[in-house]
Amino acid sequence: MHVHFLDPYRPRPSLVHMLDARVKFVLLLAFILTNALLPVGAFPAYLLTFSLILAVEILSELGVVYVLKRSALALPFILAALPLLFTVKGPALFTLQLGSWSLALSQAGLERFVSIALKSWISLQAAIVFAASTSFPDILVAMRAVRLPRLLVAVFGLMWRYLFVLVDEVLRLMRARAARSGQSAEGRRAGGSLVWRARVAGGMAGNLFLRGFDRSERIYMAMVARGYDGEVRTLSQPALRLAHWMILTGGLLLLGILLIFALIFWG
Amino acid sequence: MLLSPAAMHIPDGFLSVLVSVVLWLFSVAAIAISLRNVNKDLGERQVPLMGVLAAAIFAGQMLNFTVAGGTSGHLMGAAIATILLGPWAAILVMTCVVGVQALIFQDGGLLALGANIFNMGIIGVAVSYTAYQFFRKASGGKPWGIFVGGFVSAWLSIEIAALAVGLQLALSGTSPANIAVPAMGGIHAVIGIGEGLITVGALAFIFASRRDLLLGGVSTVRGGRAMWVVGLVIALALAILSPLASSHPDGLEWVAEQKGFLDAAQGPVYDLIPDYVFPGVSNEALATILAGILGALIVFGVALLVAYSRRHRQA
Repeated sequence: MHVHFLDPYRPRPSLVHMLDARVKFVLLLAFILTNALLPVGAFPAYLLTFSLILAVEILSELGVVYVLKRSALALPFILAALPLLFTVKGPALFTLQLGSWSLALSQAGLERFVSIALKSWISLQAAIVFAASTSFPDILVAMRAVRLPRLLVAVFGLMWRYLFVLVDEVLRLMRARAARSGQSAEGRRAGGSLVWRARVAGGMAGNLFLRGFDRSERIYMAMVARGYDGEVRTLSQPALRLAHWMILTGGLLLLGILLIFALIFWG
Repeated sequence: MLLSPAAMHIPDGFLSVLVSVVLWLFSVAAIAISLRNVNKDLGERQVPLMGVLAAAIFAGQMLNFTVAGGTSGHLMGAAIATILLGPWAAILVMTCVVGVQALIFQDGGLLALGANIFNMGIIGVAVSYTAYQFFRKASGGKPWGIFVGGFVSAWLSIEIAALAVGLQLALSGTSPANIAVPAMGGIHAVIGIGEGLITVGALAFIFASRRDLLLGGVSTVRGGRAMWVVGLVIALALAILSPLASSHPDGLEWVAEQKGFLDAAQGPVYDLIPDYVFPGVSNEALATILAGILGALIVFGVALLVAYSRRHRQA
């Protein structure tokens, strides 16, 4: 298996990594919810949440640059909010003339756009820190702790376990395609027409699914051989220690206070 | 590769809290019903199958093919999952795929995850199921029904989900409806063709080597008829609502009304500011569209409830 590059988990000996995954998960959800509830244009509040997440990033020893780089990857969606600049009513900051079109950039629109972008960016960073500081088995434990159904968590777990195996299969399929369709010079596309290329890719996908079917049969047999009876059993989790409870309540209180202040002062 | 953000995955911050929470509730209800059905219908055998196929769909999204000018098409997978597994298991598989994309790869937000599951999992699967079943029945079990049905259901699953994303963004006041809906719909009408071609390719491969997987399967799933209705209703509702929303004369005013409505809906939270006023604009078009969406969602909920109670009686 050589595709562990997919796994965003970066082990570090940091406090954030050592924090119980259940506490981390609940705090992550609370942070994102708080962020979403902050009113538009509450820029000082955004600064607070940003410094909060920045502090966690520094504590996590992941490297602020790493988190920022990854957060940039998901930002193209911001295009969807771009028209807001011109469509929200308000006093115009300046007007753009495009032939017969005139676009008025309103202050309210700008405020709304920047708010959406900032909130989205800050939430994203929190999710990145969580994924990079929590191993997948721990995430499954957290999912069970917030009472996600056992069956669903079992499917999640199996999916993650076999993801890397199947990505290996995909890489083999793609190598086989590259070897057979003569990728010659850069910029010259290999293979025939668009439909032909799509059909080849489709054939590969079909092949992948069939291999998946066969593999799941073997996995099922292996599970039955080991005593599987339809119930996925896991070790019961150790109870949360007092320190964890304190971190959890402290974190939730902090977020709650931040939200209330933001609503009072900038709502 | 896997990290490339698709336009379909809504990040956090782009949906209003109200829209996110409502869609979360619908997704949770649909997942709960799917879990129950999968547990009863398909049993323990299904767990490894769903896990591995979720991984296969995730990994299969790496199988891209160049379209033109550096862009490439790849699989979303709702249609193929529905065809191979039936609607209930497909909803769970898509939930896992979308969930891992959000939780591990930050492809889509967590508060917005409910909406993303709703769009790609539930809408995608329901619409695929309806279209595929229709063509299977219309062809009288002949092979062309599988391929035409596969293409149409794949294209529709992308297109309708994209329209839903556009409408949700508009409802949240993030993007004006007369821009978001046609843009999402237009782009994905093209992307959907890629999805359709790959799906047909995959079906052709499976048809050639494991025909039994395609000839039995979906149509024998219990509770499938309710899903059929749900898919039809969602497809029709979005097909009718989208032009209505986007052809509204003045997108400007529409957003203003929109914002007014949502702030009003969030009243309890924002009551701290009693003199918060919004322009008293006529809410007629907004009301129509909202009523349409709410109606579609209620019908969806009722259909699922009916499916659920039917199952109970049979059991």
